[in-house]
Amino acid sequence: MARRRGGLALGLSTLYLSVIVLIPLAAVTIKAVSQSPSDFWQAVTNPLALRALGVTLGAALLSAAIGAVMGTLVAFVLIRDEFPGKRFINGLIDLPFALPTIVAGLALLALYGPDSPFGVHLAYTRAVVVVALLFVTLPFVVRSVQPVLLELDREVEEAAASLGASNAVIFRRVVLPALRPAIISGAALAFARAVGEIGSLWLITAKVPIASIVIYADIESDAPLAAASLALVLIVLSLIVLVLIRRLGGRVAH
Amino acid sequence: MLISNRAKWSLRAAALLYLLALLILPVVVIFFKTFEHGFGVAWGWMTTPAAISALSLSLLMAAIAVPLNTIFGVTCALVIVRRRGRLAAVLDSLIDLPFLVSPIIVGLALTLVYGIHGWFGTFFTDHGIRIIFAVPGMLLATIFVSLPFVVREVAPVLVEVGDEQEQAAATLGASDWQTFWRITLPSIRWGVIYGVILSTARALGEIGAVLVVSSLVAGQTLTLPLLVYQRASQLGPGAITSAYAAATELAVISVVVLLAMTTLSSRRQQSR
Repeated sequence: MARRRGGLALGLSTLYLSVIVLIPLAAVTIKAVSQSPSDFWQAVTNPLALRALGVTLGAALLSAAIGAVMGTLVAFVLIRDEFPGKRFINGLIDLPFALPTIVAGLALLALYGPDSPFGVHLAYTRAVVVVALLFVTLPFVVRSVQPVLLELDREVEEAAASLGASNAVIFRRVVLPALRPAIISGAALAFARAVGEIGSLWLITAKVPIASIVIYADIESDAPLAAASLALVLIVLSLIVLVLIRRLGGRVAH
Repeated sequence: MLISNRAKWSLRAAALLYLLALLILPVVVIFFKTFEHGFGVAWGWMTTPAAISALSLSLLMAAIAVPLNTIFGVTCALVIVRRRGRLAAVLDSLIDLPFLVSPIIVGLALTLVYGIHGWFGTFFTDHGIRIIFAVPGMLLATIFVSLPFVVREVAPVLVEVGDEQEQAAATLGASDWQTFWRITLPSIRWGVIYGVILSTARALGEIGAVLVVSSLVAGQTLTLPLLVYQRASQLGPGAITSAYAAATELAVISVVVLLAMTTLSSRRQQSR
């Protein structure tokens, strides 16, 4: 009885996932490979596509790197330091997961656009793309480093200190090695998310070619083959990142 | 690590300044811009027919997508954790796909299957059903992007609580349903609720996937995020104020979501 129910549950889950996710993604793949290899190659290596892939991967990589450093710093302060309002700040970290990304994009346009209150005109540049990606991916590194930092045995650090190690040495030799897997898996998730990010970038990237926006332009101009080709490249990239994250033992969350 | 006072203060200042510039400033500017011309003006923009229809369409999307994904999520988590086997393992590794695929690709994928020239396009056209550039397609997109949250929140809880109690219940003659309602569901409830909150936030805020499959007609296929997008891309002072007003509505919703998340995660830790 339980076995039969289990089979039914498995079947229904597979069906649901297939109709919503797997069949549509298969359609993209099949569309992309339905053309001749040279057409596919042309679609993903034309100057615009290459530039878009370059900008997207570069910005994602840069934001993941900055996010790894700053996220670790924020996690460190939130765990090791005590100050009034800490719980509020800690709760705020999840804001980018809760706030619709288009709202973030609109806010960045207001802050760094033509009417910038600080006179900082970053909108429509690659710099603002990195700022937007830092915003949407902030929680990944912070939330993956925090629990590890909390469980870290501080006696080791005290022992190192009593043996005369400086703070810099303790951080590099004791704390950082323990945090490294959490930082890497958090940064990998941030990278994966950044490659596919679109909502926060819509309003602030007029001429900066972003892979997702190029795909959208292809769909709009009725060029599904070109769109599917570029999409397939992005899907394969995401799958590689997914496999790497699994290898690292990280968990994909949010 | 024994940190000197100076080092402590500079670390704290660096972290807080970073968060202030990156997180707090954008939200403050949205509220400021919305109410710049007074509360009445902002309220006027929030209550235009287009804005009200966008809000109700967004809520409708979430009201359909979240329950479906919750039922699927709990079932799927049970299959992955309790049943195991090869197909369950495959399911486990594919669940995260919606997190990794760009929303634009989601829209493209749905168009290729359910669009007029798509795989099932002729079938739906023959029956007079419009999926893409209409509400059903937007719904599919919303379900797609918010699909993994419940599974990912519930599965680790199921692993943690183990199945001794379920087996005991079965030994004592409880049916599968009784075991599920009386034993399994109560023990995973915090995970389910947390997953529901996360998927609701995502369903209400989705823009990329929905944009591709929406016809962008105010009053029909504009959700609140799409309204922000459309108005912010238009020229004129009224349009941008209207965009800020809709953005404020979304920001208020997300602050509520955030509060729920924070309260829940502290309650969850207490119940452990």
